[in-house]
Amino acid sequence: MTYLGIPGAPRGVGHLRGEEPFPDAAREALKNTQLRDNLRNATTSIRAKRAAVVAELPDWMELRAAGAAIKDDVLANLERYLLELEANVTRRGGVVHWARDANEANAIAVNLVLGTGAKEIVKVKSIATQEIGLNDALEVAGISAIETDLAELIVQLGHDWPSHILVPAIHRNRSEIRDIFLREMPDVDPELSNDPPALAEAARRHLRKKFLSAQVAVSGANFAIAETGTLAIVESEGNGRMCLTLPRTLITVMGIEKLLPRWRDLEVFLQLLPRSATGERMNPYTSMWTGAVEGQAFHLILLDNGRTATLADPNGRTALRCIRCSACLNVCPVYERVGGHAYGSVYPGPIGAVLSPQLTGIDDNASLPFASTLCGACLEVCPVAIDIPSMLVHLRGRAVEYRQQESRLPSGESVVMSSMSMAMGSPRRWNAALRFLPLSKKILAHRRVVKFLPGHLSGWTDFRELPTIPRESFRSKWQRQSKTQP
Amino acid sequence: MRVGLFITCLVDGLFPDVGDAMVQLLRRLDVDVDVPLQQTCCGQMHINSGYGSLALPLIKNQVRAFDGYDAIVAPSASCVGSVRHQYEQIARERSDGQLVNEVQDLSKRTYELSEFLVDVLGVTDVGAYFPHRVTYHPTCHSLRVLRTGDRAIRLLEAVEGIDLVALTQAESCCGFGGTFALKNSDVSGAMLADKVECVVQSGARFVTAADSSCLMHIGGGLTRAGSGAHTIHLAEVLASTR
Repeated sequence: MTYLGIPGAPRGVGHLRGEEPFPDAAREALKNTQLRDNLRNATTSIRAKRAAVVAELPDWMELRAAGAAIKDDVLANLERYLLELEANVTRRGGVVHWARDANEANAIAVNLVLGTGAKEIVKVKSIATQEIGLNDALEVAGISAIETDLAELIVQLGHDWPSHILVPAIHRNRSEIRDIFLREMPDVDPELSNDPPALAEAARRHLRKKFLSAQVAVSGANFAIAETGTLAIVESEGNGRMCLTLPRTLITVMGIEKLLPRWRDLEVFLQLLPRSATGERMNPYTSMWTGAVEGQAFHLILLDNGRTATLADPNGRTALRCIRCSACLNVCPVYERVGGHAYGSVYPGPIGAVLSPQLTGIDDNASLPFASTLCGACLEVCPVAIDIPSMLVHLRGRAVEYRQQESRLPSGESVVMSSMSMAMGSPRRWNAALRFLPLSKKILAHRRVVKFLPGHLSGWTDFRELPTIPRESFRSKWQRQSKTQP
Repeated sequence: MRVGLFITCLVDGLFPDVGDAMVQLLRRLDVDVDVPLQQTCCGQMHINSGYGSLALPLIKNQVRAFDGYDAIVAPSASCVGSVRHQYEQIARERSDGQLVNEVQDLSKRTYELSEFLVDVLGVTDVGAYFPHRVTYHPTCHSLRVLRTGDRAIRLLEAVEGIDLVALTQAESCCGFGGTFALKNSDVSGAMLADKVECVVQSGARFVTAADSSCLMHIGGGLTRAGSGAHTIHLAEVLASTR
C-alpha cells in the first residue's frame, strides 16, 4: 500500500511513543504486583458498572450503530465540517488556529499564553495536550501548567504519566495518593488520611486557589458541533466549569476528529459516552460554549498530528471514531495485567494499540498491534463499534511489511512463516512435514532441549509444558485405516 | 448430506485423539463423515501474524479441499472464525472477485462442532456418558466471534453422569492468542496463571473447551502448576460412552 506522504505525529515531541517495545515494557510492569492489584480492582468494578447501565437501555445496539454512522459521516466529510465549525466559531468571536502537528500546536498555544503575560495556567480534560506534550513546551517558555482533574493532578504531582484515558491515576491506590499529596502539596494537613473524601477535599483546597488566580485555561474537547460552533466537555468534578468560566483567556486544543455535524447528534453521544466511560447514566457536569463570551477571549486549536494520515488507510480509519470512553481498556485482559505505561503512549489499551501506530506511523510503534490475544472483548464494548481485533490484524500486516522493507535479510519469523505456508500449500508437502513429528518427539524428549528452545519458543516453556507429541498424525492413521477398510 | 471433517492442522499434528473423537461422535449420530485429505491448514496463524499474503494459497487450498461438501465441521471455534470472518477480507484486499464468492460460499457451509450438532443436526443429547466433574471454558472465538452462546453448555448438560461445575471468570481470555503466547509470553503467562487458578478452584477434574489450541495452553499451565486437573476437548467428552 502506498501512502501519499501525509505527515504523521513528529518524533521528539509529545507522548505517543514508548522507549522500549511493548513485550519488554510489559515484562517490567508485570513485576509490580501492587500495580496489578490496583488495576484488577479498578477495572473489575468499572466493568460491572458499565455492564449494568448499558443493559438498562433497550436500544443500546441502535445507539451504537447511530454513533458509528455519525462518526463515519464526520470522517467522510471532515473538510466540510471543519470549515463549517471554523466559520461558526469565528462568527461568535472565537479565533480558530490550524495545527498540522504537535510542534505547530504547541507553538500556537505557547505564543497565545506568552501574549497574555501569564506565568501559570490551569488545565482541564485534555489528553490531546498530553499527546502533544504541551506542558513540556510551556515549561520551556517559563509557564507552569496546573492539571485540575483530580486524577491528572495526582499524576502530575507524582511526576508520573497517565496510564488510562479516563482514570489517568488508575495505577495508584489511595495510600499512594496520600503519600504524593503529603509530599507535594505545600500547605496540606500533615494528618491527612487515605479516606477518599479527605483526599478529594485536600485536592479541592489546593486547586481552589489556582482557579481563582489563573488568567489562562487550556482545555480539551469531547465534542465540537459543526452547525453551531459549540464545544462540549463532559466531566465529573466541576473543575471544567471553573477552568472554562473564570480565566480571561480560554484555549481549547482538539483533535480534528472530535466533530459532530449537528447539535442533535449530542443526543446519541451523551448517552453512549458516560455509560461506556464511568458507568454512569449521565456524568455530573456537561459544559458547552459557543465562541467567545464577554470578558473572555477564546482560541480553538485544531490538531491533526497524524489524523489525516490515519484517515488515508481504509482499514484503519475507523479508529478515528473513538470518543475516548476507555471501555476497551477496562475489559482488556492484557491492559488489566500490565496497565497503561507499558504501551508507551497516552493512548493505551486496545484503542491505543490501533491508534498510536497510525498516528506515529507503524515504524515507531510496530510492537503495539501484537499486544493482544484478539479475544474480541474490546469490540464488544466499543460504543462506536470499532472493530479493533480486525484492525490489529491489518496493522500487524503493515508492521510485517515495514520490517521486510527495512531489512535486507528476512527475519527468523518470516522464514518460518514462508516455509509453513509452503509446506501447507499442498497436501503432499504437508503430509511429508507431519511425518517429521515423531522425530521432534525424540528431540523434545530431552528436557534440556525443551528448556533451551531457541528465540521466542522459550517463551512457551517459561510458563507451560509442551504438549505430548503423538506417535502418528490424525491423517496418517485415517489413511492407514481407510486402506484396511473396504 | 455430505459432511467433511475440517480437522485443523493443530489437531491433525498434535491432538489426533480429538480427530478420532469427532469421527466417532459424528458416526454415532449417523453422519457419514469424510476427511478430505486435500486440506492442510486454514491459514489463521499466518493471517493473525500479519502474513495475509502467505495465507492466500492456504485459503485457496481450503476452498478446493471442501468443494462439494454440504457441511464442513471443525473441532475449533477459532479456525471456523477465521474462515467466516477473515477470508473474505483477505480476498477483497486482493480484489479477487471469484475468491470472494468462493469463500462466502465456504463460510456458509462451515460449522464449529457445537453449532453443527445443535443447529444442523438439531440434537443436544448426543448419548454420551462421562462420569466426571467437568468445567467449561468458553473460548474467546466461541464466545465473541462465532457467538455460539450456550450451545456447548446444553450439550454438556445432557451428558449422562457428568458433574458440570461453573468456572469463575469463564469469559476471560486464557492468554493463548496464537503467536501472542510466544511474542508476549510474560503477559500470556500472567493471564494463564489466573485461568489455571480458576480451573483449580472449580474443583473440576477436567476443563473442556471448543479449541485444542486454548486447551494446549491451559493444559501446559495446569501441568506446570502441578495441578491434577486435565484438559479434554468438547468432542472427546461428547464421544465418550459407557
